[in-house]
Amino acid sequence: MSSRFHQLLPMLLLLSVGVSAVEVQRPRGVPLSKRQFYEEGKPFTCLDGSHSIPFDRVNDDYCDCQDGSDEPGTAACPNGSFHCTNAGFRPAFIPSSRINDGICDCCDTTDEYNSGAACQNTCREMGHKERESLQKMAEIAKEGFVLKQQLIQEAKRGIEDKKAKLVDVQVVKKDLEEKVEALRTVKETAEQPEKEAKERHLKNFTIRWYYQKALIRMEKDKARMAVVFLELDDDADGLVSVSELLSHSELDPDSDASFTEAEAQGLLGGVDKVDTEAFEAVWNNLKEKYVSEVTTYTAAPVETPPEEVREPASDNESEQYPEDDVQEDEEEEDEEDEDDDQDDADYKTPPTPATQEKKDDDDEGTMPPYDQETQNLIDAAQKARDDFDEAERALREVDDQITNLEKEISFDFGPNAEFAYFYSQCYELSTSEYIYRLCPFNRVSQKPKYGGSETNLGTWGKWAGPEENVYSMMKYEHGTGCWQGPNRSTTVKLTCGKETVVTSTSEPSRCEYLMEFTSPAICGEPPSRDSEPRDHEEL
Amino acid sequence: MASFAERMASALVLWLAVYLSGTWAVDKGNFKTCDQSSFCKRQRALKPGESPYRALLETMELTNTRLTLQLINDNNKVHLLLELYRLQGNITRVKINELKPLKPRYEVPDVLIREPPTEPLSLLSQDENGVVLSLGVESQRVIISARPFRLDIVEGHEVLMSLNSRGLLAFEHLRMRKDTQADPEPEKKEEADPDNQAETAKEEEEKVEEGMWEETFKSHSDGKPNGPSSVSLDFSLPGVEHVYGIPEHADTLRLKTTDNGDPYRLYNLDVFQYELYNPMALYGAVPVMLAHHAQRTTGVFWLNAAETWVDISSNTAGKTVFGKMLDYVQGSSETPQTDVRWISESGIIDVFIMLGPTPKDVFSQYASLTGTQSFPPLTSLGYHQCRWNYNDQEDVQSVDAGFDEHDIPYDFIWLDIEHTDGKRYFTWDPHKFATPKEMLQGIMDKKRKMVAIVDPHIKVDSNYKIHNEIRSRGFYIKNKDGGDYEGWCWPGSAGYPDFTRADMRAWWASMFAYDQYEGSMENLYTWNDMNEPSVFNGPEVTMHKDAMHGDWEHRDVHNLYGFYVQMATAEGLIQRSGGVERPFVLTRAFFAGSQRYGAVWTGDNAAEWDHLKISIPMCLSLGLVGISFCGADVGGFFKSPSTELLVRWYQTGAYQPFFRAHAHLDTPRREPWLFGPENTALIRDAVRQRYTLMPYWYLQFYQAHHTGQPVMRPLWVEYPQDPATFALDDEFLIGRDLLVHPVTEEGVRGVTAYLPGKDEVWFDVHTFQKHNGAQNLYIPVTISSIPVFQRGGSIIPRKLRVRRSSSCMEHDPYSLYVALNPQRTAEGELYIDDGHTFNYEKKEFVHRRLSFANNLLSSVDLAPDAQFTTHSWIERIIILGASKPSKVTLKTADGQESHIDFEFDASMSVLTLRKPGMNSGADWTVMLQ
Repeated sequence: MSSRFHQLLPMLLLLSVGVSAVEVQRPRGVPLSKRQFYEEGKPFTCLDGSHSIPFDRVNDDYCDCQDGSDEPGTAACPNGSFHCTNAGFRPAFIPSSRINDGICDCCDTTDEYNSGAACQNTCREMGHKERESLQKMAEIAKEGFVLKQQLIQEAKRGIEDKKAKLVDVQVVKKDLEEKVEALRTVKETAEQPEKEAKERHLKNFTIRWYYQKALIRMEKDKARMAVVFLELDDDADGLVSVSELLSHSELDPDSDASFTEAEAQGLLGGVDKVDTEAFEAVWNNLKEKYVSEVTTYTAAPVETPPEEVREPASDNESEQYPEDDVQEDEEEEDEEDEDDDQDDADYKTPPTPATQEKKDDDDEGTMPPYDQETQNLIDAAQKARDDFDEAERALREVDDQITNLEKEISFDFGPNAEFAYFYSQCYELSTSEYIYRLCPFNRVSQKPKYGGSETNLGTWGKWAGPEENVYSMMKYEHGTGCWQGPNRSTTVKLTCGKETVVTSTSEPSRCEYLMEFTSPAICGEPPSRDSEPRDHEEL
Repeated sequence: MASFAERMASALVLWLAVYLSGTWAVDKGNFKTCDQSSFCKRQRALKPGESPYRALLETMELTNTRLTLQLINDNNKVHLLLELYRLQGNITRVKINELKPLKPRYEVPDVLIREPPTEPLSLLSQDENGVVLSLGVESQRVIISARPFRLDIVEGHEVLMSLNSRGLLAFEHLRMRKDTQADPEPEKKEEADPDNQAETAKEEEEKVEEGMWEETFKSHSDGKPNGPSSVSLDFSLPGVEHVYGIPEHADTLRLKTTDNGDPYRLYNLDVFQYELYNPMALYGAVPVMLAHHAQRTTGVFWLNAAETWVDISSNTAGKTVFGKMLDYVQGSSETPQTDVRWISESGIIDVFIMLGPTPKDVFSQYASLTGTQSFPPLTSLGYHQCRWNYNDQEDVQSVDAGFDEHDIPYDFIWLDIEHTDGKRYFTWDPHKFATPKEMLQGIMDKKRKMVAIVDPHIKVDSNYKIHNEIRSRGFYIKNKDGGDYEGWCWPGSAGYPDFTRADMRAWWASMFAYDQYEGSMENLYTWNDMNEPSVFNGPEVTMHKDAMHGDWEHRDVHNLYGFYVQMATAEGLIQRSGGVERPFVLTRAFFAGSQRYGAVWTGDNAAEWDHLKISIPMCLSLGLVGISFCGADVGGFFKSPSTELLVRWYQTGAYQPFFRAHAHLDTPRREPWLFGPENTALIRDAVRQRYTLMPYWYLQFYQAHHTGQPVMRPLWVEYPQDPATFALDDEFLIGRDLLVHPVTEEGVRGVTAYLPGKDEVWFDVHTFQKHNGAQNLYIPVTISSIPVFQRGGSIIPRKLRVRRSSSCMEHDPYSLYVALNPQRTAEGELYIDDGHTFNYEKKEFVHRRLSFANNLLSSVDLAPDAQFTTHSWIERIIILGASKPSKVTLKTADGQESHIDFEFDASMSVLTLRKPGMNSGADWTVMLQ
């Protein structure tokens, strides 16, 4: 069992790409950096200092040291590690358990010295490949890094632009605020005479209107009385009798469930029968309670008693007029939505010409047009209002602009704002089944290619990379809930690339998506020549 | 990458919506109670003590191999034929069938490994009341009493078991269906022919009860053209207070009495989110019950594959310990007794009474009937990484790489149903698994293996080769109208091959040939799921009982279906290698004898602490009835485990026979390294403990394969006289020598383990601390603790060089752990072969006995006629409970002597012999002086 015995291996080390070779003697599996601890012929002290053993117990395929340091070249220690020189490629440590396990782990084949595994030395090939790919990556990184610098510059400019804009806009805002205030004064000044003129007009109209209204109501009451008389007069003898009245128990004055003849008589003014004229005299006793036999007959609504009608309140003036409402609506839509009905009832009770038209159609009077003087005042006030509203709207827009600018300026677009260019962009990847859409800092979604609705795979949550590289990952959370599962979420992994593309998506765990996304913005500074991988590290 | 539901066919979605909706508990309403199963209700309504059966002693015939005797039911004059056999190995077989059934009744084939060899019975005495026969050994006799019929097996003056002692033998004879419309009430004819015109007489006496000729359960109608056909028999077990077995139930190891609820049910069912601690049927059925008291263990094997219910009652069940003591002190106690009653829907009564007397004898007896655990490939005893589903080849590759990156060993990675092309088994998804051989080669390069699922439901699709072949060969199970039976399962509409047919099984096996199963390679093994069979739209999520397997109804064969599926699959894996390689097949459904074909797992459990706990009694119960290769989904299938639960489950699973992590499609990923470095380290440590013990596990399976002894054992099996062990099911033994009390409670700081054996000692395998036996030992635990003890008096071989898979460890050296008992002796065995072929049958193995006595440790050949060359050697010998020697000498077979270096740890009395270096297959002796 040759493996059990210590061997000093002539290590063939290639300097650079094999210009000259140097033999360095040391026990198998020991890196050059630790060579000095393994001195042939001298007792070996476990690297943890725990105890010393004769040197012939180093690499004798029995684990003597707790830390595994006596068996760098065998699988004897469970916690040992083996150093592959991997000349031509990168040196590596592998767990001791991979020595002679029949699987080639070191590209220089040194881990399989006694297993019969037919390993090929692939270090040069791998080194070549790695160098190529590193070179490629370095190129990408280099170009990417250049792009990144541009991005940073752009972002800087962008931010500066935005900051400048913010300043500008704030100036604009200030101007606008002043303008709004000025216009408010103009408006209020114009509205005062308008209001007075309107009030005058309304007052005139109101007096006429109430008079007219009272007449109409009286007519209606009479008409109803006639109908009721006819209804009550069951035998059509032109008289309403006590007995005819008794069939209307709702008229019972004390509502005690027994409508007596005496009570009916009382209602008829103490007589047994009344004709139409006498009926008119007792009508007031009946009309409140009477319920028509003919259900289709719609009794005239009992109008709001005049004394309850509020005088048009001057401070609410604008809201009383439909032509004003149209404009007010926009502004106050949100607040008003819920209690529209109630508001209507509240301040539309005093009939304005418009509402009256709607309500009563044609049987009641409409408000006459304003006289020219009033109309002029109204027009002037309206213009002042329009100007004021216009200015206010502009101010709001500016406010929004400021909010957005401030948000964008303060948003975490990376240490140098290099990720700012993603903002309000979307990137798509089409797979065989779906189109994935990544809108950075906003949301990720998935849409079936052949019909079907879009699924939200998460909305922007946070930067979620590891502590040392927090900008290498984005987390999108709280997407559409999964059937019997959690809400969908997506992790977006950023890697360095010249282009900004989504390169792949997967669903490693149910409803947890992973998206690979390349961008120059994540490219690190390309390694300088000195730190490139070397095969002569140990010299 | 849409969610699961979106991918399913719409009808399936509908089913799932119903099936999966609601809470996390089983929907009990989907499964029958005894009351809803008409035969169970009828049978259970019978009262004890009124047996109408009489033995017609004059019909007795005794030949060299058997006794036959007719029984008559005095109520209906139907004659039954009783057959009694004395079988080799202290087993009595009792068969009861109709003397002249209208048509043959089903007798279970293929489960017994052969026609059991008989031994002669001899007649000791006979009179008009009965017959006494000798069973040959130890004054054992069978007494057949005539009126009412009763059968007692006695030894000396002790009754071991009585049959029909409660008079619950009930055998529903086959009958013609009467025209119920013309004759709704049974007419009392006054024929009263006193002669033997039983045929006419009996028809008249039968009551027609509801459910005899058809029954409906949840809109599923079961036409019963054969009418009532159930059978029942009771067994009394004097002196017995503990009965075990009859898996599969999610219940305690010790079976409970069923007086106040349903009987234990045996009917293979795909139970969604099964509930714990109840007698509901689960995926598999082994109709074997063991009865135990301090002096004797016996067993009953009820060979019937139809739906079966088992009632258990006990005269001491209700008594408190104090009450029992009072009885004992007053001497007024009746003997404790357990009564068991078996009820099956069809078939015959065919009972094997295994008379022990020791637990080991019962295991041997049962093994002589149904065979032993198949000897699995060594690698299958390693760790298995499964998930529904690894998404694609890249996923498989990255999980594989993850194990290397985190230095966690594993042997098998598994693919669930999503790897197929549209749930067409034997195929691969053309996009996700486009180049399966490339993937398998990648796995093979790491000396690892893969398992892919092959379920028995076959997608009805005329573009699917497997379906077309089965259909054209007429291999599908038929519905009652003669067409191919179709049900819903994963692929949507599916047919179910008739695995009860030998020609179907042969064809199925041939489909595993490398040229048939495209993309398969020699490191691809098989998993049979859903083989109860699961039929999503069938009654109780299984097949209609009136479906037809040739001449037999599904009713007759139901519990055998899964057994046959695994049998045919295992045969396929053997055949593809030309009979060289051992198969590995995991099954969910099983029956008596399934142990011969591979491993089983406890189905779709949940990530809950109680499910972790129940994995112990569930696997112990299976081990008792021959099925040793048992495991539960590590981590729990449904739901997501807490990190602590996951770690504890790895720690427990590492010490159970089949060690596989599995997870539902809808759960977050849970590969071992996803829970932070500390937890990765804890899981790594548990898995590595498993791998160091692989030589011991392999030896246990070799022994199980030879003897039928369970690998994972309840303590009472090794300590049958210690009543303290009889109900223990939170700890267990692996073989004889390792006692495991895993931590299965959340957040605990200690567990109390019972260490058995009055004069024994146990060594903590981690600290080597010695503890006395016959005590309850409190063990403080941390999250890294797995309390495991090695029995003093044992020698356990380990391989301490844990590598990335067990194949990588093949040639590695052994460390021998010698734990001395108070007599300073110890014994153990070492078994080595190639790990994967049947060549061990050709005596190509090493089997050594290791024994320590008189300060000599020696290795002697247990199989001198066997030959095998191993490269492995003895790396170290650790002797626990040793004293310090002055020198240690190794003597090899050629007579050479050499000194061995050693270290002695006086605080723990541990002697470590450094690198003795002899070959593991050689004779040698080590002397401590």
